[in-house]
Amino acid sequence: MATGTDPQTNSDTSSATRSGGVRAGTRAAIAAPHLRTDRWWLAPAVTAAGLLAFIVYSTWRAFANEYYYAAPYVSPFYSPCLAENCAPMHAGPNWEILGGWWGLSPALIILIFPLGFRLTCYYYRKAYYRGFWASPPACAVAEPHKKYTGETRFPLVLQNIHRYFFYAAVLVAGILTYDTVLAFRDENYRWGHMGLGTLVFLLNIVLIWAYTLSCHSCRHIVGGKLKHFSRHPVRYRMWQFVGRLNARHMLLAWTSLVSVALADFYVYLVASGAFDDPRFF
Amino acid sequence: MSSSYQARFKVWRGDTGGGDLTDFTVEVNEGEVVLDIIHRLQATQAPDLAVRWNCKAGKCGSCSAEINGRPRLMCMTRMSVFDREETITVTPLRAFPVVRDLVTDVGFNYDKARQVPSFVPPEGLLPGEYRMMQEDVDRAQEFRKCIECFLCQDTCHVVRDHEENKPAFAGPRFLMRVAELDMHPLDAAADTGLDRKRTAQDEHGLGYCNITKCCTEVCPEGIKITDNALIPLKERAVDRKYDPLVWLGSKIRRRSSAG
Repeated sequence: MATGTDPQTNSDTSSATRSGGVRAGTRAAIAAPHLRTDRWWLAPAVTAAGLLAFIVYSTWRAFANEYYYAAPYVSPFYSPCLAENCAPMHAGPNWEILGGWWGLSPALIILIFPLGFRLTCYYYRKAYYRGFWASPPACAVAEPHKKYTGETRFPLVLQNIHRYFFYAAVLVAGILTYDTVLAFRDENYRWGHMGLGTLVFLLNIVLIWAYTLSCHSCRHIVGGKLKHFSRHPVRYRMWQFVGRLNARHMLLAWTSLVSVALADFYVYLVASGAFDDPRFF
Repeated sequence: MSSSYQARFKVWRGDTGGGDLTDFTVEVNEGEVVLDIIHRLQATQAPDLAVRWNCKAGKCGSCSAEINGRPRLMCMTRMSVFDREETITVTPLRAFPVVRDLVTDVGFNYDKARQVPSFVPPEGLLPGEYRMMQEDVDRAQEFRKCIECFLCQDTCHVVRDHEENKPAFAGPRFLMRVAELDMHPLDAAADTGLDRKRTAQDEHGLGYCNITKCCTEVCPEGIKITDNALIPLKERAVDRKYDPLVWLGSKIRRRSSAG
């Protein structure tokens, strides 16, 4: 090289396939796995703690199989109820598709779909890859794993079915919308009433829809897959709308996660008799 | 408070044979950036300190380094963001082979750039006859803001922490290039049999990306690499490889997704 700055041993082709990270091969000899001085560990720690708290709570409630219905409210964890062993809910989401053979909590059937949606969600993937799997723990912080194949192999290649969970999540959100409409009844199923629980359900369903529609797969389906937006003005507008929501996907993921747990907990409190639903009218 | 002060720096000095962080105490004046301090070190204490730089305006992408462990442009990192008592560490990019001091061999990126098939001109149109609607090129224009600083390539753990993945993975910058071309309204690659959606996954290693967004975090141009390029490209690859309904639809309706 004219400037006399030829790499000294970088032409060693074996380095291209050699295993190792920032401390290996022909890279700058720095022993530390990272030199960050900020609190880089805080975000993944808070994320992991938040997700863990939700996992513990939702597991308890999903297996509990009680206190999930207090007329007119049904817990979002148990809706729709697809087994015979559900509490009868007047005009509610009792669809006994699976019949009487299911003996476990009916929540376990339906929760597969929102769980799958969130598990394969592009935001949550980032969250748990960083928070639980340290891959990487934070930007420019060396990960502890010797090998990495990303989402190229089973089981992580299954992350590519996210859009099918999105379709299921739209159906579930539709049913939760129906449940929210039912919440405008009183405990004797008369229409035109409203309580604090109705507000909780309204807040929850708005956040659930916002999170569902802000999905990256939704953004692709409504218009992102197009090459020429100018030929599809309606889909272009839909893509722009979803894009604006999508920019807040992380925020919506967290707020809807909290709101769905809150709605369930509210039903638990009312159904167990620990709290009386204040009625507005 | 005085506008000038003495700052403590640790700058990595060495080459492929080895090296270490060297301590310096150096004057800092109001309004200066890290690159100014590196230049002052060259002028006053370490005349043989190697550093690559050019525009000093965040547009050439030359002065990429790691400052306190974070990949950044030295010319765009103000000294005022640090405490005066803080010791500031400056190292070369740690994902690439070092040449000397703060200079690394970024040839990996040029190899990867060459592997992405270029724009395929549409048949029947000569240069100068191209007409495109603004809404059709908005997406690609965001990606064209890239200044080739390679900070995203440096921070991406797929190659930063796993040298063995370099042959298979193009990195965020060049997957973004594939996305740009696949979204280009006049790219006629599909007519020549080149399916960019499929090759993104099969030849450029899109599946290695686990969308942890570090590329977006470090981009000095603020390009939403993950949300606007990598994830849309992943969804396009799903259309080709993992979604039986889309595959079936394309067979029945005999159309491409060039809509």
